[in-house]
Amino acid sequence: MSFFKVEHLTMKFGGLVAVSDFSLTAKEGDLIGLIGPNGAGKTTAFNMITGRLLPTEGKIYFRGKDITGTQSHIINAGGIARTFQNIRLFNDLTVLENAMIGYHGRLRSSFWEAIFRLPRYKSEEKKMRSMARELLAEVQLDNVANEKAGTLAYGQQRKLEIARALATNPRLLLLDEPVAGMNPRETGNMMDFINSIREAYALAIILIEHDMRFVMGLCEHLIVLDHGVTIATGNPAEIQNNPQVIEAYLGEPEGA
Amino acid sequence: MSDRHRREWIYKLCTYGAIVGLFAFFLQVQNQADEYQIRILNVSAIFVTLAVSYNLINGVAGQFSLGPNAFMAVGAYTTALLTLSPAEKELSFIIEPIIWPLSVLHLPFLPSLLIGGAFAALLGFIMAFPVFRVRGDYLAIVTLGFGEVIRVVANNVQSITNGPLGLKGLSEYTNLWWSWGVAVFTVFCVTRLVKSSFGRAMQAIREDEVAAAAMGINVFRHKMLAFVVHAFFAGMAGGLMAHLITTISPTLFSFFLTFNLLVIIVIGGLGSMTGSIIAAIIITYAGEWLRVVEEPMAIGPYNIPGIPGMRMVVFSIMLILVMIFARQGLMGRREFSWEWFCGFLKIGKRRG
Repeated sequence: MSFFKVEHLTMKFGGLVAVSDFSLTAKEGDLIGLIGPNGAGKTTAFNMITGRLLPTEGKIYFRGKDITGTQSHIINAGGIARTFQNIRLFNDLTVLENAMIGYHGRLRSSFWEAIFRLPRYKSEEKKMRSMARELLAEVQLDNVANEKAGTLAYGQQRKLEIARALATNPRLLLLDEPVAGMNPRETGNMMDFINSIREAYALAIILIEHDMRFVMGLCEHLIVLDHGVTIATGNPAEIQNNPQVIEAYLGEPEGA
Repeated sequence: MSDRHRREWIYKLCTYGAIVGLFAFFLQVQNQADEYQIRILNVSAIFVTLAVSYNLINGVAGQFSLGPNAFMAVGAYTTALLTLSPAEKELSFIIEPIIWPLSVLHLPFLPSLLIGGAFAALLGFIMAFPVFRVRGDYLAIVTLGFGEVIRVVANNVQSITNGPLGLKGLSEYTNLWWSWGVAVFTVFCVTRLVKSSFGRAMQAIREDEVAAAAMGINVFRHKMLAFVVHAFFAGMAGGLMAHLITTISPTLFSFFLTFNLLVIIVIGGLGSMTGSIIAAIIITYAGEWLRVVEEPMAIGPYNIPGIPGMRMVVFSIMLILVMIFARQGLMGRREFSWEWFCGFLKIGKRRG
């Protein structure tokens, strides 16, 4: 039984094939990079894995279960969390509340227990709050816990989005362009941050990124997509020297 | 006990004290004020109940529903049919006799009111399945449609609703205790729900539905929860309304009611329960005071005949002004708290 396995995933939007025959296998603790030019279908692949899109063809297995076409919140409860390319925080909620949302899915109390603040709900709420606080302390966001998420600096928002995903207790984390728009120093910090949470939470991570230095420095295994087609897989060194990859990014050599 | 704990205790006592004070005030009013004043207070309470529960689905969960008139109608009819005695019902239903179980059922006010709320909630539960398949403007249109459907049904199912004739001669059970009792209970339940993890989840859905689902929140279930709770209280308010004006007919529950509520929650601030309460009371009173503008008046040499509906023009202007100068409404998304109140009065200053 493999930890995470995607088989022949295809997504067609009418006549447009966004992703075709995408396959991937990950072991526990793997760090895989998904790269490719804009519009290659990387985010579409994430959307299929997390249940936002129903794949036209193909299967997704996670921890021995077929999760193809399952609803997003059930997939999340199963242990897959994600972040988004254009940050999607709950802007009007505080940083702490954003983190606490991640625990809501595992709440056992029902709504009327919450309305009348019965003991079970009270203790769950307390636990939720202290766990969220701990998590924020770990990612060094505890000093802004009571600020509205929308008012945070860009780098902090990225971090909070990852923290919120961690709150759902995932085994597999999907990061969609975690360092987009960051300067080299921030990128370096994010690299360390991802390495640290990967160890602390024993996570498998799949990430999409355009920053090649970041991807090459972090990932052990890479998959390159172009126009929905997987054109190369391998370790960073292999990918860097793959003529097809170079062609996809830079175009054909002159006179060829 | 820590300082924070002690302060929380004091605030809690303040809240209970305020509620006791409110009802002590009503005791005075009940004895001294005239019927007109009492009636306006009752209407205010009903609108507080409606606005607060409506704000749960529109402001907190961010689902633009236009169907509270449907839930009020269901609550009002259910409650009225249960409190009317079999003899009264036989007298009212002159075109078509009333169908069997309803013809003999007769219950006291409170259980009738609760069953009225429960039926509205049941309708909300059933409606949730089709309506939450769509979002935004489409949701507004679908819920608006359901509101109309309920009205048309009430007009045509004569053996249950007595059709366009409506139900007359209901006992005037609604008094300040019932109306404000229900209002306080509604505010209690809704604010507690909003401040709980479920409320946070609803707000998350309002902020970003896709992200909420990806964070493990069952979006449909939480929308439905907000909708059903809203329906329950709107149904109770409908029952109270029916037993305040003692006559109900399908025309009472037109879209106009929903429109009024929408004005209230927008002026109060979408998502702020405090704002809804304040705005509900202001709009109810303003509606009474503004009767002046509908009366015939003489401005200089001109005699203007009374124009019914002028009040609505004033409300519209109010709404436009709010949109221009306070787009977030009176309260935005802020809520009343004793901490803020003390700060406002400059007492119990925080030690730096």
